[in-house]
Amino acid sequence: MDIDLITNVLYAMVRTGTPLLIVALGELVCEKSGVLNLGQEGMMLMGAVVGFIVTLTTGSLILGFLCAILAGIVMSMLFAGIALGLNANQVATGLALTIFGTGLSAFIGAAYVGVPIAGLDPIAIPVLSEIPIIGKMLFAQDLIVYLSFVIFALVYWFFKSSRMGLTVKAVGENPHAANVIGLPVMRTRYLAVAFGGGMAGLAGGYLSLAYTPLWAENMSSGRGWIALALVVFATWRVERIILGAYLFGLASILNLVAQGLGYPVSPNLLAMMPYAATVLVLVMISSNVMKSKMYTPMWLGKPFHPHG
Amino acid sequence: MSRQQVEPASSSYRLQLQGITKQYPGCLANDKIDLAIQAGEIHALLGENGAGKSTLMKMIYGVTKPDAGKIIWQGTPVTIKDPSMARRMGIGMVFQHFSLFETLTVTENIALALGDEAGDLKQLATRISIVSKQYGMELHPNRHIHSLSVGERQRVEIVRCLVQNIKLLILDEPTSVLTPQEVESLFVTLRQLAKDGCSILFISHKLKEVQALCHSATILRAGKVTGDCIPAEVGTTRMAQLMVGDDTPISTDYPKSSGTLPFLIVKDLSLVSEDPFAATLKNINFEVRSGEILGIAGVAGNGQEELLAALSGEHLVARAEQVCFADTAVGLLDPRARRELGLGFVPEERLGRGAVPEMSLKENTLLTGYLQGLVNNGFINQLKTSQFADQIIKDYKVKTPGNQAAAQSLSGGNLQKFIIGREILQNPKLLVAAHPTWGVDIGAATAIHRALIALRDQGAAILVVSEDIDELFLISDRLCAICDGELSPTKATTATSIEEVGRWMTGVFDQPPVASEHALQTSAI
Repeated sequence: MDIDLITNVLYAMVRTGTPLLIVALGELVCEKSGVLNLGQEGMMLMGAVVGFIVTLTTGSLILGFLCAILAGIVMSMLFAGIALGLNANQVATGLALTIFGTGLSAFIGAAYVGVPIAGLDPIAIPVLSEIPIIGKMLFAQDLIVYLSFVIFALVYWFFKSSRMGLTVKAVGENPHAANVIGLPVMRTRYLAVAFGGGMAGLAGGYLSLAYTPLWAENMSSGRGWIALALVVFATWRVERIILGAYLFGLASILNLVAQGLGYPVSPNLLAMMPYAATVLVLVMISSNVMKSKMYTPMWLGKPFHPHG
Repeated sequence: MSRQQVEPASSSYRLQLQGITKQYPGCLANDKIDLAIQAGEIHALLGENGAGKSTLMKMIYGVTKPDAGKIIWQGTPVTIKDPSMARRMGIGMVFQHFSLFETLTVTENIALALGDEAGDLKQLATRISIVSKQYGMELHPNRHIHSLSVGERQRVEIVRCLVQNIKLLILDEPTSVLTPQEVESLFVTLRQLAKDGCSILFISHKLKEVQALCHSATILRAGKVTGDCIPAEVGTTRMAQLMVGDDTPISTDYPKSSGTLPFLIVKDLSLVSEDPFAATLKNINFEVRSGEILGIAGVAGNGQEELLAALSGEHLVARAEQVCFADTAVGLLDPRARRELGLGFVPEERLGRGAVPEMSLKENTLLTGYLQGLVNNGFINQLKTSQFADQIIKDYKVKTPGNQAAAQSLSGGNLQKFIIGREILQNPKLLVAAHPTWGVDIGAATAIHRALIALRDQGAAILVVSEDIDELFLISDRLCAICDGELSPTKATTATSIEEVGRWMTGVFDQPPVASEHALQTSAI
């Protein structure tokens, strides 16, 4: 393989992995607080369609991304109101949110299918982007990819050394104890869910405004679900999420490269590769039960009544 | 007599409660409670479960608010809004069920409770080290909670209170999870704290400990103060009577029995657990004879659950002959088959394993009583089931409106009487009971002890696993202890002492046959 191909594969790997990385980081924060929101797919689709329509109507990409984030947050608050406010089953509520988001996004986006739009352009950073092999991957991307690096660093720092991060972990592990020592359990959970929603909305917006600048029904094609699996197999560790997301991106690209090179393998099998490879690698690194247990939010998915 | 000692000038009181009243729906939890504690005083709050101790504590710690009455803190009436306000005033509380986070470090746990005062984590860690050394409670600030023993966890809870400027420390049943040696060292710490001027409110129902530690005591029963006393001057029997009322009999002593032939025989039982947080059983050997009670002491989490699961049949062992009922090897039989051979089992969790919380007592009778002719060809015999449930309720004096009441509506003691009654009325040849009187009031505990002794005298073999060492000495004929999945030697209760069993509970087994390497090393030091 020549250098150019490798450079381009790495560049595309990061681009493809970015939406997954953003959703998974959002879901990680949400799950660390003990809330399991299975509505990622629905929130992403809503972010994608809202962002697309806003940008198409106003011509502003920034406004489009902001509205995509907002759409994700609104959707997640719908979930939070039912699952946290009314203490409904989180799994059922999350599934309903995905179904609802898929349907609603298809409905409001029906008139926009196939309409072209000028998407977000990459910004090559002078000098740095000239570095062989990794220069293009790290420094010739679009703004949202750079933003995803920042979000990753922030979430990493958040759990490693911030007080709020400690609170989120405590609330997810044992909300009763957290309540007794005076931590704001419900407020923490609402905020964590909102962050998860915002990130899903942003990832959706990235799909429809940057990755493939158009709107198509169900265009997230299961990325929300993969992100959910990613969080589990990454055993709720931030550094493994970025690894899994880019691994998924790499496998997706290699699939295209392999098809392009004309290997005699069924394209259907190749299309399965990213999913299988991501899950396989993460299962392998998460096989240490003891270590996994250290990072698992113990109260995940279980309802909590502060005065019950 | 006690009044003179604790009433020099009212302003010297650290905390005074006057006429504290708290009404919950259907229950007057606290009825005009008066209580006063001086600086440096260790004050016991005695009472049974449901006497109103916890409600009172929650009001002092700001978790709930009184309906009436005054809380006077260092001479000034106050309204304590929430736990963080209580903390700022200098009130700290060590909960019975620890409020710690397993996956966080000691420092992180303490930082969370301190809020913004915690400051820099490194400095806090230094403070934790200094404070814990000062009070003889060695703690490593960077260890994760899940790697700590129960005793160490309690130290974290106490140190969490001590790193602040503490004036009143409340401890809720602090000794229920500790070995006798750990209790001693806790008392040393508490006495030193009191000497330094900190007031201590010690909630307990263990009279001997109160006598050993506390300067004064307030006794509650059914939400009312029934007496104040100086524990050192008043006998434990008198305090017990104040707790339960004069008309309730109290367990004092039962004749010991030596039993006949072994019924339960456990041979070379080893079990490796898949759960990294669970204990591994190491080469366990013991037998329980018909007509005797064998007690197994130990701090929770040392393999009791795993051993009980292997005996009940919830967890099958490697070879059938590792667990035998008389001549029958049962190690590979399921729970039903073992019950048919005469097993009765009282699990640790009453709600969820001993009984289905939302089902009625009648339905819960079927849970293990299905072998008593209550089911014909897959159909429930409603009449017989009702009769059986009624008999349990009558014979074991279960306080309930009837057999249609849901299991979860009963108090802990009543439900436990029901579960024990259900097992005993099936005439088991072997009864395995886990923590039979945990969280049960003295009246119900006495009834349960009597029922167990009566069953023993009928010739049943009984195994009792308990954390309550006093209870084991009271009812067991022979005793041993479990520590880290290993079983100590077994001795007749009359031939051993609390100190010896306490050593066993920490893994120090002085003699063969099962003296382990670990024990030998420890005793060699």
